[in-house]
Amino acid sequence: MPSLKELVKRESRFVSGHRLCGGCGAGIVMRLVLLAIDKPVIASCATGCVEVATTIFPYSAWKIPWVHSAFENSASTISGVEAAYRVFKREGKIDKEIVFVAFGGDGGTHDIGLQALSGAAERNHNVLYVCYNNQAYMNTGIQRSGATPKYAHTTTSPVGKVIPGKIQWQKNLVEIMVAHGIPYAATSIPGRWNDLVSKVEKAVKIEGFKYIEVLSPCRLGWPHEPELTLEISRLAVETCIWPLYEVVEGKYRLTYKPKEKKPVIEWFKLQGRFRHLLLPENAHLLEEIQKEVDRRWEELLKKCES
Amino acid sequence: MEKKMTWKELIVGDILEGGTSLKFKTGNWRSKRPVHIPEKCINCLICWISCPDDAIIVDKENGKFLSFNYDYCKGCGICAYECPKKAIEMKEETV
Repeated sequence: MPSLKELVKRESRFVSGHRLCGGCGAGIVMRLVLLAIDKPVIASCATGCVEVATTIFPYSAWKIPWVHSAFENSASTISGVEAAYRVFKREGKIDKEIVFVAFGGDGGTHDIGLQALSGAAERNHNVLYVCYNNQAYMNTGIQRSGATPKYAHTTTSPVGKVIPGKIQWQKNLVEIMVAHGIPYAATSIPGRWNDLVSKVEKAVKIEGFKYIEVLSPCRLGWPHEPELTLEISRLAVETCIWPLYEVVEGKYRLTYKPKEKKPVIEWFKLQGRFRHLLLPENAHLLEEIQKEVDRRWEELLKKCES
Repeated sequence: MEKKMTWKELIVGDILEGGTSLKFKTGNWRSKRPVHIPEKCINCLICWISCPDDAIIVDKENGKFLSFNYDYCKGCGICAYECPKKAIEMKEETV
C-alpha cells in the first residue's frame, strides 16, 4: 500500500470548490477512493449529496470522465460504459487499462438503485461500486432510508410521543452483495484512510464486480460537530456497530478488531439523532440495540473464523 | 414510412470540462480559520489526507506541509482535530 508521501504525489482527481458541507464525510471518501487508484478512472454517480454538490452546472469537481445518471441506475450506467470498453478493446480501438467506478449514496444503493446494483453484480461487470452510506436521504432533507439505523431521528421518522425514531432495523446490504457471489465485498470508513485505500487498491485488481460500503458521517443529518466526522466513523468501528471486514470469494476476514469493544452509547452520544436514547426512560431501547449489535458482531466473528 | 433516427444521429448530451469547480471559491463559507504552527508540525500529512476539500497545499516533491488553501477551506476543523501533534489551531475568522 502506498504511503501518504507517495499518495501526495498523485494528481487530485476530486478537486476543491465542490459544495458539500464543510466537514462532509463523503468528500473525504471520494478523495480517498480516487487517490487509491493509480489508473485512469471512469465513474458514474447516482443522484444524491455527492452528485448534486459536485456537479452544479456548469462546474464539476471531477477531473475524470464522470457520467451523470438518475437516482436508480448508477450501476447500470457504469455497466454500459464497461461493456462498451470491452467491445472497443476487442476491436483494437482502445488499449489502455481503465478502472470503472460507480458511486451511490445509501438511498441510491440500498433502496432506489438496488435493482440496478443487483443486475450489475449478477452480470459480474468488471466494476467497483462504492456506496457512501450516510444512513438517510440527506440531500433532500434527512428522510429515512433502508440504511437508517433503528431509533434514529429523521424527518420522516420523527422522535415524539408516537415513535422513538425509525422503528425498523437497517438492511445489511454487504450481506446481500455477498449472497450475489461477487468476488469482493467490504466495509470501510473514511476515518481509517489506510483501510479504505488498501481495500480500494485490492478491489480494483480483482476481475469482476466489487462492492465497498463506506460509512459516511453527515454533520447535518446525524447531526454532529463538523470536526468529529472522522472520529465518529472510527467510533462506529470501536463500538462494533460498523465492523471493518472484507469478503473475498465468499471468505470472510475481519480487517480490524477493536482492542476493547466500546458500548454503543459512546457512538450515540455524539449525535443529535440519537439524543433521546440517552434519556433514562429509553434505557430499554439502548439495551435492545446493544444486544443486537453484540449478536451481529458474534455472528460476524464466527463467519470470519470458519 | 418515415425512416427512424438511429443512435448515430442522436444529439450528443452535455459534455463539460472536468475539474472546473476550482473556479468556484468556497473559502467564504468559513467561520473558523485553521492556523498552522510550524514548530509542532512533523509533516505527517494526516491533515492533507483528512481534508474533504483538498484545501491543504503540500510540496509534492518532499511531502512537506506548505499552507492551507483559504480559497476553498470551509473551516470544518477536521485537520485540527486529527492532527496528532496539535499543530493546527482553529481561530475565529475575521472579516
